[in-house]
Amino acid sequence: MRKVRAATFNTGSRHGVSDQDPVVSDTVDLKALLEESKVADVLDELDRDLIGLKPVKNRIREIASLLVVEKARAALGVSGAPLSLHMSFTGNPGTGKTTVAMRMAEILHRLGHVRKGHLVAVTRDDLVGQYIGHTAPKTKEVLKKAMGGVLFIDEAYYLYRPENERDYGQEAIEILMQVMENQREDLVVIFAGYKSRIERFFESNPGLASRVAHHIDFPDYSEGELLQIADRMVGGLGLQLSADARQALSEYVERRRRQPNFANARSIRNALDRARLRQARRLIEAGRVDAETLTTIEAADIRASRVFDAVRDDDSTKEAAC
Amino acid sequence: MRVTQGTFSFLPDLTDEQIARQVDYALSQGWAVSIEHTDDAHPRNVYWEMWGMPMFDLKDAAGLMYELAECRKVFGDRYIKVNAFDSTLGFETMRLSFIVNRPAVEPDFRLTRAEGPGRNVQYGLETRRQ
Repeated sequence: MRKVRAATFNTGSRHGVSDQDPVVSDTVDLKALLEESKVADVLDELDRDLIGLKPVKNRIREIASLLVVEKARAALGVSGAPLSLHMSFTGNPGTGKTTVAMRMAEILHRLGHVRKGHLVAVTRDDLVGQYIGHTAPKTKEVLKKAMGGVLFIDEAYYLYRPENERDYGQEAIEILMQVMENQREDLVVIFAGYKSRIERFFESNPGLASRVAHHIDFPDYSEGELLQIADRMVGGLGLQLSADARQALSEYVERRRRQPNFANARSIRNALDRARLRQARRLIEAGRVDAETLTTIEAADIRASRVFDAVRDDDSTKEAAC
Repeated sequence: MRVTQGTFSFLPDLTDEQIARQVDYALSQGWAVSIEHTDDAHPRNVYWEMWGMPMFDLKDAAGLMYELAECRKVFGDRYIKVNAFDSTLGFETMRLSFIVNRPAVEPDFRLTRAEGPGRNVQYGLETRRQ
């Protein structure tokens, strides 16, 4: 017996069961189902491409397993209510929330939970209007664009402004809630932002909180992980770090972490961008260079950073570290 | 009288699932879909009222189906059609347009004759509501 998941629109890309039906009478080969969805590739890719983030990866594997099991149940004809997969991603800046959200959309697409698997990333500005009657159409338009994929609301807590009771954010939240509830199979909403503020946001919007089942916390990267990320980034740019530069970078990371406004991987990327600038200037001044010099970042490029100044001046309260 | 306008109009009415698949096709071609409605499906009435803006950047038919459900709630007793507009150079026109909702009782059309100068007869078509 085989029953395709009861979906409102069983359109093209959403095949509940393929021709090689892994369902034989009343047993289901979960492994075959998992392989069929090719989600293992994405999960392995996730493990390979993203450094650290152990709890996040575990959680994503759990969700993937849940979807496979749910698919198997549907194949056996015991399908329950459609799953609610709305999530919240909490963590400090630069911990990979947007990147993981993109992968999440891909995984959900492979497992047939969303039909198209695209990611629409928005902030308060895209949802909330400027005058009465402007908010609802704006929010609805964004929701329509996100249908069939994942809606990623960055810094979601700005939607709710308790200090202004006539703020239109509340209207956006209400429409959001309505669609999240009624069109669960059409889109998945991910709320992202700082942990403490997201928690407060959910506390003041219990209706919304009860519709978000999965809370994933993104831990800060350790120094070792940040260095690995730096290596990955440098490699991606077609450059390399000299041994000294690597040492300098690890010192840089150690110092930068203790300074305010540290944004994990993003700070590292910015630091590398600035190192590239200095390297470029150094190369121009040098005149003739060979391929090796052209692609190598030296320690001096990194040590010229103001992060090291702060230590030299013994002034750790320096604000913008460049 | 059953109005036959646009694509699929000689077929039985499309189900929601069939509509969604047609819209998915239109979106896969990069066309922008929109919803229009009218209470007068006179063949010369080309400008139907728009239900909101055309939906650009849609990826999935669910967005249109959501609006269609909203439109049916308000104008369930009118004609509603779905248009798909192709903006590529050389076309810049509707590529697909089909009726997705009809009133329970469709109006008839009546042929009228008017005599002009020199016993010329001018024919006209008039919507006749029941």
